[in-house]
Amino acid sequence: MLARGTGIMQAAAGPEVARLQLSRSKARLRLINATVSRGGALLLGTLPFAAVAIAYLFASSQRLAVNPSDKLLPSPAQMWSAFSDLATVPDKRSGDLILWADTYASLIRLFAGVGMATLVALSLGVAIGFIPRVRAFLLPLVTVVCVIPPLALLPILFIALGLGETAKITLIALGVAPVMVRDIANRVMELPPELVAKAQTLGGNSWTMVLRLVLPQVMPRLITCVRLALGPAWLFLIAAEAIASTEGLGYRIFLVRRYLSMDVILPYVAWITLLAVMTDWLLVRLSHIISPWAHPVRTR
Amino acid sequence: MSRILVHGLEKSYGDARVLERVNVSAEAGEFLSLVGASGCGKSTFLRILLGQEQQSGGVVVVGDQPIVPEPTPQRGIVFQRYSVFPHLTALQNLLLVEDFRSGGPFGRVFGARRKSARQEAETMLERVGLGHARDLYPATLSGGMQQRLAIAQTLLGRPQILLLDEPFGALDPGIRIEMHELLTELWTEHGMTVVMVTHDIGEAFKLGTRVLVFDKVRHDPQFPSAYGATITYDLKLDRKHRASARDVAEVAAMVGTTRLDSAIATTAS
Repeated sequence: MLARGTGIMQAAAGPEVARLQLSRSKARLRLINATVSRGGALLLGTLPFAAVAIAYLFASSQRLAVNPSDKLLPSPAQMWSAFSDLATVPDKRSGDLILWADTYASLIRLFAGVGMATLVALSLGVAIGFIPRVRAFLLPLVTVVCVIPPLALLPILFIALGLGETAKITLIALGVAPVMVRDIANRVMELPPELVAKAQTLGGNSWTMVLRLVLPQVMPRLITCVRLALGPAWLFLIAAEAIASTEGLGYRIFLVRRYLSMDVILPYVAWITLLAVMTDWLLVRLSHIISPWAHPVRTR
Repeated sequence: MSRILVHGLEKSYGDARVLERVNVSAEAGEFLSLVGASGCGKSTFLRILLGQEQQSGGVVVVGDQPIVPEPTPQRGIVFQRYSVFPHLTALQNLLLVEDFRSGGPFGRVFGARRKSARQEAETMLERVGLGHARDLYPATLSGGMQQRLAIAQTLLGRPQILLLDEPFGALDPGIRIEMHELLTELWTEHGMTVVMVTHDIGEAFKLGTRVLVFDKVRHDPQFPSAYGATITYDLKLDRKHRASARDVAEVAAMVGTTRLDSAIATTAS
């Protein structure tokens, strides 16, 4: 077997090798096996964005050619001037730079809500996942709370907590916490029983095992949880701001909707998207720093 | 370092009986090899010794007290999988032992005690040949290295009884022989009582001072899970006069192994 193999290799010397290599690189692979090079991936990833941008530019220029004061599809120049006005020209009434005031107000609400939800999810999730008595006591409640639509609670929150910041932050926290609690609890319950048994043979008690085994092990999952929760959190934030607020990104969008100010709405949506993408990226970096073991370096 | 006494041990899951009438008594410092067909309950027996599972009947005594029904530092364990903590480097895995033992509410020792723990851990890493891997995470270690680390970690806990659940089952034959030497050396040094579950008959005879075979003696063809396994064969081995090939063949036939030739070859060497 071996001898025949070497025989083929010898026969394939010189130009033969080149021909074989060429035919190998030309081989038609199944779709699922045909990988994409780095540059190719970049190109493919950019294409949809370019397609959307071109479609928009085309439609916008068509409409503006017919009616220069059309408000539905403003040109990039119009959007940029409206956006930079909001970012750099102080508001006549309040003297604030509106974009930054809105961003600051919204991000404080978002991070306060998600932060509270994260703390609750971590403490309750670990307790439910790790301690059978707490699980028996709280898991049914959490399971039920999970299926309540948070927006249905919004009127209750406004009535009970007033129209201020507390109600908005509570809505965000209530909206994302239950799912996070369940997710963390599940992750803790999925810990290999071998690891828990081993920690006990090394002298760990319930509390020190939480500190040295459970918390480090759920940390990557917790960060993933926060990343997934940020989507719904933005939804609840904008909903709350649309209904009762005097500043904030969601408030601004719903305010200028009355004037059909697409030149403000579209850049605001893009700005929110940018903020969300940056938060997500920061969380991924954070996970790499806190739990390097969960992100082994890829060789490729 | 402690004797083990098991009397009338039974274990059932619902209607299915896994173990019945298991009686063993082992002196301190013995090395018990448990063999048996897959699913015969030898791993269940080990988990009961560990305290991870509770027996349905009978008593288990380690030293002179019945065992606590949860894992304790009295009994150390090395599993085949998940044998070390993946979120800690090799050195941190070993430091964790002292952290758990005397780290108080923070689960961490500080200052001079950390220093001495570190020294002890580094000596142990060198001892098992992992000095170069101290700052690597288990995911980047080979299977053999992970098991070395697991054994080192368990020994740092200074258990009276060392339990091994197919510790070398996933390793290459060459690595496995290395691990046998390491384990024999450490066992001679520390002198603890060892209970090892294995599929490899050769390994059982090579390492053990006693080979116990788990098998069912009663069968109900209508209801196969009506009866559980028990110890059907208990062979004391002498360190000086190794087991004869006939003994090995006999045990292998009981277990129904297909690796008989390799088993005899390993023991004969």
